[in-house]
Amino acid sequence: MEIIIYGTVNSAIFALIAVGFTLVYGVSRVPNFAHGSVYVLVGFLTWTLLNDLKVNYAAAVIIALTIAGLLGLVIYRFVLIRLRGMATSEIIASFAVSLIILEGLRMQGIGGFKGFIGPFYMLRPFVEGKSTVFGVIVDYQRLIIIAMGLIVLSLLWGFTHYTRIGLSLRAIAQDERAAMMLGINSDRTAMLSLTIGSALAGLAAVIILPLGNVTAEAGYRVLIYALAVCIIGGLGSWAGAVLASFVIGFAMKLSTFFFGAMWESVVLVGTIILILLFRPSGLLGKQKELEERV
Amino acid sequence: MGEAFLLKVEKLSKAFGGVHAVVNVSFQLAPGKVLGIIGPNGSGKTTLVNVITGFIHPQSGRIYFKDKDITGLQPHKIANLGLTRTFQVMRPYHSLSAFKNIIVPLNSPRVKKTRAGRLGDKDAVAIDILEDIGFERDTRVPFKTAGSLPLGYLKRLELARCIALKPEVIICDEVFSGLSMSEITSLIPLLERLQMDGIALIMIEHRLRELFRLANRVMVMNFGQKIAEGPPGVVMSDPAVKEAYMGKEKSP
Amino acid sequence: MRKKRLDRGVRARTEGIYALTSWSEMGYLIFPRGVLIVGLLVLPIFLDLYGQRVLCAACIYALLALGFDFLAGYVGVVCLGGSLFIGSGGYIAGLLNSHFGWPALVTIPLATVGGALFSTLILIPCLRLRGIYFAIISFMFPLFAVYIIIALNIFGGTEGISALDTLPNSWVELYLIIPILLIALFALRRLVNEDMGLILRGIKDNDQAVKASGIDITLYRTKAVFTAALIGCFGGAYLSHLYGWLGISLFAMDFSILPIAATAMGGMGTLAGPVLGALILTPLSEALRGFGQLRVVLYCLILIGFLVYKPEGFLSYLQRKYEQSEHWEEV
Repeated sequence: MEIIIYGTVNSAIFALIAVGFTLVYGVSRVPNFAHGSVYVLVGFLTWTLLNDLKVNYAAAVIIALTIAGLLGLVIYRFVLIRLRGMATSEIIASFAVSLIILEGLRMQGIGGFKGFIGPFYMLRPFVEGKSTVFGVIVDYQRLIIIAMGLIVLSLLWGFTHYTRIGLSLRAIAQDERAAMMLGINSDRTAMLSLTIGSALAGLAAVIILPLGNVTAEAGYRVLIYALAVCIIGGLGSWAGAVLASFVIGFAMKLSTFFFGAMWESVVLVGTIILILLFRPSGLLGKQKELEERV
Repeated sequence: MGEAFLLKVEKLSKAFGGVHAVVNVSFQLAPGKVLGIIGPNGSGKTTLVNVITGFIHPQSGRIYFKDKDITGLQPHKIANLGLTRTFQVMRPYHSLSAFKNIIVPLNSPRVKKTRAGRLGDKDAVAIDILEDIGFERDTRVPFKTAGSLPLGYLKRLELARCIALKPEVIICDEVFSGLSMSEITSLIPLLERLQMDGIALIMIEHRLRELFRLANRVMVMNFGQKIAEGPPGVVMSDPAVKEAYMGKEKSP
Repeated sequence: MRKKRLDRGVRARTEGIYALTSWSEMGYLIFPRGVLIVGLLVLPIFLDLYGQRVLCAACIYALLALGFDFLAGYVGVVCLGGSLFIGSGGYIAGLLNSHFGWPALVTIPLATVGGALFSTLILIPCLRLRGIYFAIISFMFPLFAVYIIIALNIFGGTEGISALDTLPNSWVELYLIIPILLIALFALRRLVNEDMGLILRGIKDNDQAVKASGIDITLYRTKAVFTAALIGCFGGAYLSHLYGWLGISLFAMDFSILPIAATAMGGMGTLAGPVLGALILTPLSEALRGFGQLRVVLYCLILIGFLVYKPEGFLSYLQRKYEQSEHWEEV
């Protein structure tokens, strides 16, 4: 029973982390390698707002999320927009942005900026305390993670299926040219998707980071997790991403339970290699991703 | 009658989601013959070629080449057996010069298996092949970057790419499209020469008059299905074919 | 007012032995290469010990940049994980040395080949897929290697293993890697014009046609990755014997990013450009070492700048300037 609860929490964590990345890639085919860095940046930003500027928690969250969204917008508008279509340059450029942010956060001594180094930065959970669910003791923050996971996914689903803007996102995701012919501006949609995607990264950060502490190194880990979810679930498939989150979440918790926490990464790598060998387009990836059109 | 066939396609089907691109198509090709495949746009001709040559996997059906079941084999293996194809959308290796484009197929296992393939000087062979199909050596055309060649030369380059493999079948996907009349009339003797050398051709075409000069038999496709097959004259007077191209007559 | 561009001379560049007929041809061919070769071979004499170490490091980055450019510019495969090669080469060399006591002369070649085999093997599953998968996976593997090494505490864990054999003296250090770099550079330049190189470039331009020409593209991509891996793993094996220790920093992000920045700066597809880029960027980053993480920020900015504003890179730019002259003229 413990496994199921904690496995679900883990899956929710993966889903929250990956959903922003999947959104951006699905809509604009831009692999946003800066995803992890936005996550970490929001964490530190919220911490600074809370501790140094003594802002109210809710306000801090809102401000940080807004900044995250804006950052996504800026990244697209000034860097990625000129590289649209050249996948390799997009990856390299967004990764460079990510490095600038992550390493920049660790810089010391420039203009009195003391870098964020060391495991000293913690965000307070929303609600302190624990509760008992199905006989297992779980703290509230973890329950909130599951709840938020569900809420975010259903809101996104609703947004993309029932609002005009959301539908235009899906349209561009499915067939860019046809959507453009119907008057949907591809660049603006991409900017929107990056804004939402970055905000989602920030949201994930705010919800998940209270579980531990905020470090810059986490940025790389988050990026890898998002990538792993996308590869296992299939690049561009949202249902696949959710499914993959569950697969990875449970696989890693099970490996912790049976073999010890050390083997988690091994299990993850192994799963990725297995998928690449046997079902390369991902669990639910659309097969035509592989077949190159003649 | 046990007549020898080179390529035999049986009940091939392929659907992409809801689009049934190829539905239950069967046909045979005898050595040295020319088969034309015609039909309106979107009738599945190119998909059929993609399935036969291994670029797409069929959902049902079998393909036999020289008595060997090649269904589902990878494209390069199929090409190595002697079944080659041109591409409708022209794609030379644009950063390489024209004759270097031909050196690539000369490195395939099929060519290397022959002694001439191993020992011959590939540059010279490539230029000879190009000259055979009409690249004049003196004007340095073979040395130009493939990306800068005009369309007529590119079509010939595609054919040369197939010829370099010493194939037994060449599937020509709309090789006449985009060419002017004079370019087409200069291309036809080349194709006739290929046929005389014993290479069987499958030609997907829209230009029916030129096609009928070359083809022994013609197959008509519409909405993924084969609706007629036979000598050109017979097929063109088939009412189903007329309806496919021109629509039903309005009932009075 | 408009800009007018003139191509310099209609003369076709002669290849091969006919170049001997013209002094200016010879000059064009020999001068830049001569400067590079002589310069690299002679430079160590003018540098102090610290400078020589920097040169060695620069050569390692240059090897990685060479591999990256070969893969990205000639095969169409973007490998974001140069540190995978350095790490596997370095760890294998170091482990062979510390566990079996084999000398550097033996471990370096073994690690080069062994590391290349290992890296290529784990990258093979992505070679059949679209380029972006390879980019992602090659990026992820070095980071995973670090996590696994730390988590399982194998191969020395976070502290690494020290007290490995170092190379006998600084002259050996330098004159081992500089000739290898030069050989690799000229060998690759030769390779891309040989048959295998033509096939690889064909795969980059249009892999469907290569498939239809009867060639197994996965096999050739594997060979290309193996070649780049050989170069990278040599760098790693050399590195672990240069400083005498190995640790997880062999898988550092630096080794992945600096070659890419060097390539963007020097010009993708020229093979020599990335080498130059590395030789410029490494001393630059050393000079900024005092500023800590600022140097990473800096070369990422340079990278983005070049990618966005001057994607052709330095060397292509210079080449173009040489071949064409521009001036403004009245319309």
